[in-house]
Amino acid sequence: MVDRRPTIHVSFDGVEYEAFVGESVLECARRVGVKIPSLCFLEGLSVWGGCRVCVVEIAEGHRLRPACATTCVADMEIKTETPRLRAYRKSILELLFAEGNHVCAVCVSNGNCELQDMAVHCGMDHVRYDTQAPKREIDASHPKYIFDPNRCILCTRCVRVCDEIEGAHVWDISYRGESAHLITEMNKPWGESLSCTWCGKCVAVCPTGSLAYQGRAIGEMEHDPAMIKRLAVARNRHEWLYPEEAK
Amino acid sequence: MTRARIATAWLGGCSGCHMSFLDMDEWLFELADVADLVYSPIADVKVFPEDVDVTFVEGALANEDNLREARHIRENSRLVVAFGDCAVSGNVTAMRNPLGDPIEIVKAVYVDAPDRDGQIPKKEGIVPPLLPQVLPIHKAIRVDAFLPGCPPPADRIQAALEALLEGALPPNRGEAIRWG
Ligand code: SF4
Ligand code: SF4
Ligand code: SF4
Ligand code: FES
Repeated sequence: MVDRRPTIHVSFDGVEYEAFVGESVLECARRVGVKIPSLCFLEGLSVWGGCRVCVVEIAEGHRLRPACATTCVADMEIKTETPRLRAYRKSILELLFAEGNHVCAVCVSNGNCELQDMAVHCGMDHVRYDTQAPKREIDASHPKYIFDPNRCILCTRCVRVCDEIEGAHVWDISYRGESAHLITEMNKPWGESLSCTWCGKCVAVCPTGSLAYQGRAIGEMEHDPAMIKRLAVARNRHEWLYPEEAK
Repeated sequence: MTRARIATAWLGGCSGCHMSFLDMDEWLFELADVADLVYSPIADVKVFPEDVDVTFVEGALANEDNLREARHIRENSRLVVAFGDCAVSGNVTAMRNPLGDPIEIVKAVYVDAPDRDGQIPKKEGIVPPLLPQVLPIHKAIRVDAFLPGCPPPADRIQAALEALLEGALPPNRGEAIRWG
């Protein structure tokens, strides 16, 4: 199907591209093959713009903008790799690690973690900031899944997928600032939730070891965030089976 | 050619990083051709010497001895490498930090546990007091390079040593800096 949306010109690091009107900087970059790192963004879900890993510089005024939450405008000059951006992205990663309790060596997601991969990508070899070492309780009450908030980066992928794709809205963020944390269904243990359908979508999309299947040992948890793109595409096209599966 | 003076130290860690060091296997012979291991838990040397070129420090700072030793190492080493995740981030050693005052943990383990004799081990000059929070070594001393991994794989340690012997800092990009 040919996309007939009107286009405008934008440039990434000095190279001109055509962007669709209304497209975000990140969507356009992904489509034309320009690499911008991201964490909270997930194709198929609404935009959250919370992690700030996707910052880019907009030439005019050198403003920093989250690529996922910035709409392309005509003749926008976007820089995706500058020393300033590299420094900011690395600081953001360090802050994410300092904020929770990340002990990769004993984590279910060790070696299969988007946060860990992003730290490698951004050149984080240590954390300069003081780690907060917060005390957070694990919720292991669900028969199938386990939630370890020590590794949660509040990307809200689970909140969004459960609300927007599954339609159950089990997850929410409670409190503000450093007290902000996830809750399940009016702050009841997940296992007592009546609205959870056990669909596993929140577990599939989590970029960290925070949500996992029960019984997984160190490094055994692999997530499947691409599943949401398949579902979202199918929903937009009113196909309830993915083409290969329909055969 | 002058031989490089290399040291390794073992603070609040499990010694896994040193096991990984030994995993360099036959390359250790090549290392021995160009460098001397002047201090290490795997060498019978009691006192940390002066004038060390590079020291690989395994483990976090968990007690007052660790802190004293780290400072002494810093004063006597041209370069200090944080060797493994505990030295780099606190890692497993720092998992007690969220629980707060360490005396409560010691009590739970040595006094309240049913099969214990109800005493907190302490002997001045022998059992060092625990620090209130476990720290990665760069919180107390200047660190020149970070070598993450739990433990760092042998080829990562070898690449670091090869760079250092050439007068460069260890690689700090890509997979060389992955934690875990
Ligand atoms: S969630 Fe990722 S970064 Fe955090 S401890 Fe687990 S593997 Fe490491
Ligand atoms: S398993 Fe499904 S319904 Fe239950 S919390 Fe996760 S996304 Fe929501
Ligand atoms: S549990 Fe996972 S998906 Fe949900 S907010 Fe935390 S890191 Fe994101
Ligand atoms: S990916 Fe854009 S703010 Fe998180």
